[in-house]
Amino acid sequence: MEGILKEIHWGKEISVQHYHQPLTIPEALDMLARYDGKARIIAGGTDVIPLLRRGDLRAEALIDITRLPRMNDVKADGGSICLGGLVTHAQVCSSALIRERAGFLAEAAAALGSPQIRNVATVAGNLISGQPAADTSIPLLALNAKVKILSRTGEREIPLTQFFLDQGQTAIDCSREILTQIRFPVPQKNQGGCFLRLGMRKALALPILVSATVVTIDPEKKTIKDAAIAIGPVAPTPFRALKTEAKLRNAPISQETLEMAAQSAFEEANPRSSLLRGSLEYRKEMVKVFVKRGLRRALANAGATVTEEV
Amino acid sequence: MEDLQLKFNLNGSEVSTKIRPNLLLVDLLRDVLNLKGTKVGCREGECGVCTVLVNGEPVNSCILPAMKVSGQSVTTIEGLSKEDELDPIQEVFVDEGAIQCGFCTPAMVLTAKALLEKNPHPDESQIRQSLSGVLCRCTGYSKIVKAVQKASLNRRS
Repeated sequence: MEGILKEIHWGKEISVQHYHQPLTIPEALDMLARYDGKARIIAGGTDVIPLLRRGDLRAEALIDITRLPRMNDVKADGGSICLGGLVTHAQVCSSALIRERAGFLAEAAAALGSPQIRNVATVAGNLISGQPAADTSIPLLALNAKVKILSRTGEREIPLTQFFLDQGQTAIDCSREILTQIRFPVPQKNQGGCFLRLGMRKALALPILVSATVVTIDPEKKTIKDAAIAIGPVAPTPFRALKTEAKLRNAPISQETLEMAAQSAFEEANPRSSLLRGSLEYRKEMVKVFVKRGLRRALANAGATVTEEV
Repeated sequence: MEDLQLKFNLNGSEVSTKIRPNLLLVDLLRDVLNLKGTKVGCREGECGVCTVLVNGEPVNSCILPAMKVSGQSVTTIEGLSKEDELDPIQEVFVDEGAIQCGFCTPAMVLTAKALLEKNPHPDESQIRQSLSGVLCRCTGYSKIVKAVQKASLNRRS
């Protein structure tokens, strides 16, 4: 029995030889440099530890960044809301600022994993894992968020639209760089958002489909000035329905517009079949439902109503 | 692999020990400190039976590097009762029969404890949400929810 347990992941030890808890950012960057690609950043660890145990990730050392200063805050800064790189999902759920100004992001954070996971898992980590239907990646992508990445050679800021490269792959090298901040423009009065999630259960269920919609309206002309629709998993990365968004620009706020957008997103989305999480056909049909429902609710949150929900 | 010095507060007492850098909290508790009340289930942060409280918040100890609790305070199920006296939450679990095989019970009791510390009078949906990170494979949820409701009522009186 002992032998069998050792062979499956349950009994495996983690390959890590060293564990460091730097107290300053320069110290952390120096440590990463010293290991020259063989160390890996860990924050909450809810992805990193299972990956290490399964052998899908190997690291000689873990650099635990959770004791670095000034990365724990959710704050308003000019026209932006900034999340420090160590902000957890639990913090986003309970942040008054986010609940008030971007409530659907708080809902998304509350949908991830379990309370135990949300207490330690960081939003930055959710982005870095690069999963196409990650609960906070989808709304942050719709919010046109940007991330700040720090390395020994300096700091760069890139939009999420350029951050997700492939399934599980993002534009950060966690053996050399630290994601220090996530930033997005504060939604305005003529903007509204909506997060939708389809899972097998209400809690602790991976999503079958997730969407986030942000609309900007022109209340006088009764048109949609701008729309951002993020959906997952319908591509290898969190997906923006850019063709549909283009068709929505300056479109009248009407049932016809919603139908048009649903059909357009249906054609644009390219989900895979999953035995556990729904067939391609089902997911594509649900894309239609989510786009229509998401737009309707986002419009309502922006102060524009489109007849009753179907 | 060089051992690391770890100091933390465990159930109200200071603990100082040398550990391997790759040790996870659940293994520290069970194998090094011999506290078997914390259970091991899936070992990947899904089932929640390994739940302990770190600074009062429930976390999965099976995916938490032990070094993370350095300087923090950890509560396990062994820390709830005082001498022969059960914690009020343990008492209602017994009274309500909110136990079947008992494997998830330590985690359920600790998450309920954390909930009531923060929100002494939760409604049913808040209770269910708080307990949602612990799976009971006997599916005995109704009585567990009832027990937490009763514990909340007892606090009122």
